[in-house]
Amino acid sequence: MELPELGPLWLSLQLAASATVVLLVLGTPLAWWLSGTRSRLKPVVEAVTALPLVLPPTVLGFYLLLLMSPRSWLGGLWVEVTDTTLTFSFAGLLVASVIYSLPFMVQPLQAAFESLGRGPLEAAASLRASPLDAFLTVAAPLSLRGFLTAAVLTFAHTIGEFGVVLMVGGNIPGKTRVISIAIYEHVETLRYAEAHTLAAGLLLFAFVVLVFVYVFNRRLPVHVA
Amino acid sequence: MSPDREGTTLEVDVQVGFGGFDLQVEQAIPAAGVTAVFGPSGSGKTTFLRSLLGFEARSRGRIALNGDVWLDSEAGVALPPHRRPVGCTFQDGRLFPHLDVAGNLRYAERRSARASAVSITRDDVVDALDLEPLLDRRPNTLSGGERQRAALGRALLSRPRLLLLDEPLSALDRRRKAEIMPYLLALHPRFGIPTLYVSHAVDEVALLADRVLVLADGRAQAFGGTVEVLEQLDLAPLTERFQAAAVLEARVSAHDDEYRLTWLDLDGQRLSVPRIEHLGVGESARLLVRSRDVSLATERPSPTSIRNVLSGVLVSLHQDGATAFAEATVDLGSHRLRARITRASVAELGLAVGSPVFALLKSVSLDTRAGR
Repeated sequence: MELPELGPLWLSLQLAASATVVLLVLGTPLAWWLSGTRSRLKPVVEAVTALPLVLPPTVLGFYLLLLMSPRSWLGGLWVEVTDTTLTFSFAGLLVASVIYSLPFMVQPLQAAFESLGRGPLEAAASLRASPLDAFLTVAAPLSLRGFLTAAVLTFAHTIGEFGVVLMVGGNIPGKTRVISIAIYEHVETLRYAEAHTLAAGLLLFAFVVLVFVYVFNRRLPVHVA
Repeated sequence: MSPDREGTTLEVDVQVGFGGFDLQVEQAIPAAGVTAVFGPSGSGKTTFLRSLLGFEARSRGRIALNGDVWLDSEAGVALPPHRRPVGCTFQDGRLFPHLDVAGNLRYAERRSARASAVSITRDDVVDALDLEPLLDRRPNTLSGGERQRAALGRALLSRPRLLLLDEPLSALDRRRKAEIMPYLLALHPRFGIPTLYVSHAVDEVALLADRVLVLADGRAQAFGGTVEVLEQLDLAPLTERFQAAAVLEARVSAHDDEYRLTWLDLDGQRLSVPRIEHLGVGESARLLVRSRDVSLATERPSPTSIRNVLSGVLVSLHQDGATAFAEATVDLGSHRLRARITRASVAELGLAVGSPVFALLKSVSLDTRAGR
């Protein structure tokens, strides 16, 4: 049995890790805002956030492809600034993944923040903690489980994406050929042995990660508001 | 160490309205001693407190402490909660569950260290509330009483210029209440921070407060010294609990070592209570007498096991035809007592306003603070 190229695996891991980090940075404030706001915009923002759950990946991929093409304002701007195209590049994949996995980061976080209630934050405010201070020192540590769940779901969901990646990134070895696409290609070209190895590896990886998460999650203290 | 200066005031003139309820309170409260905010549940006590803390975004009007404006909606000033120099405890304690007690104290200490003129040290607080054995415990391992003590400590370490205590005893059973009460009583004399004590329990108010603000239906119904307010009979319809007690201020005249008693002088009449260790002769003690613990007689009773009999004049008598009971007020000179007796007794004894009566006190609660 020939060992398959491991490049796609690393690329997938890189993409998932980057998307998770970017989404932690962008998704946390969004989830925080959603958990506390009384704005009339809230349901609209929630709907937009949940769209990737509902849309077929090809629909999302199609619009992202249009948005990122050098002829669109975003794609054009990207070409001007970086001298490379956003489509069929790792950066393009990352942007697509961030949008595609957004609900998997925002929804668990929002639920975690909402379950805190106003009690701990009011207590922090009464002790002179500014809102940011209170978030970092009270809300975030009390929401550790939420962060863990959100990060793992985001990571796993990004590893598993296929349709959006294919639409936006294509299948360029070393640049956009992630593991799911590599498996697809192996199957298409009837190289089942390689497909098997990659698929089984992915299966094992997913299983190990999930076991780790559940064990770790059980050890984390539960803070009941 | 003592921000509890004479002449400082908490000016409040707030309106908060939502969902059919509205609170309108205008009251200048001396920022000294302990002021009880008293009223039945639903009277607006908590809304009032949250408005002071800055948690009620719908508050309109003006709040200022010693001239420092916290809220002035006309001028567009609304200090956010974390900029108001108020410390508070919540009914449910609200300790941070991810920190141990020491961590909770440190949280307050760090953030108040530079800003405040009030110098309260961690050691003072740990000592005053006996927190030492709790320091490395997590909040979820503490009893309700221990949690309130830790929360009090944390509030003190925020070095506030005003302390707000929201029903700190309400979540506790009788034994735990008795456990916390001495700490609450010692708090103000030791740290001197002006305190608002929110409560719906008249005995707590009578024992702890120097003055009382009575809230009902979102309005201030009365404000004044504890003794005067609790004696005001026209407040009785506000809340039934009011009818339940009177407060007496008596002077220690002697201690009796043999029977472990302390003799008190009340307008020239003598009372004895179980020995009060903390008070010396000449110091004053505040007594709480529940009306259901008072019986009336028209003659001085022959010897009974009831030790305290006071003579006075019946000055008012309210009979409620729908119940078996009547509420009598007995004037003792500079104090008044309440008695809850049956209407049948009123008829049998031939009681009427102006009758001389003897009040038999079955039980007396005592506030052990010195020098009030």
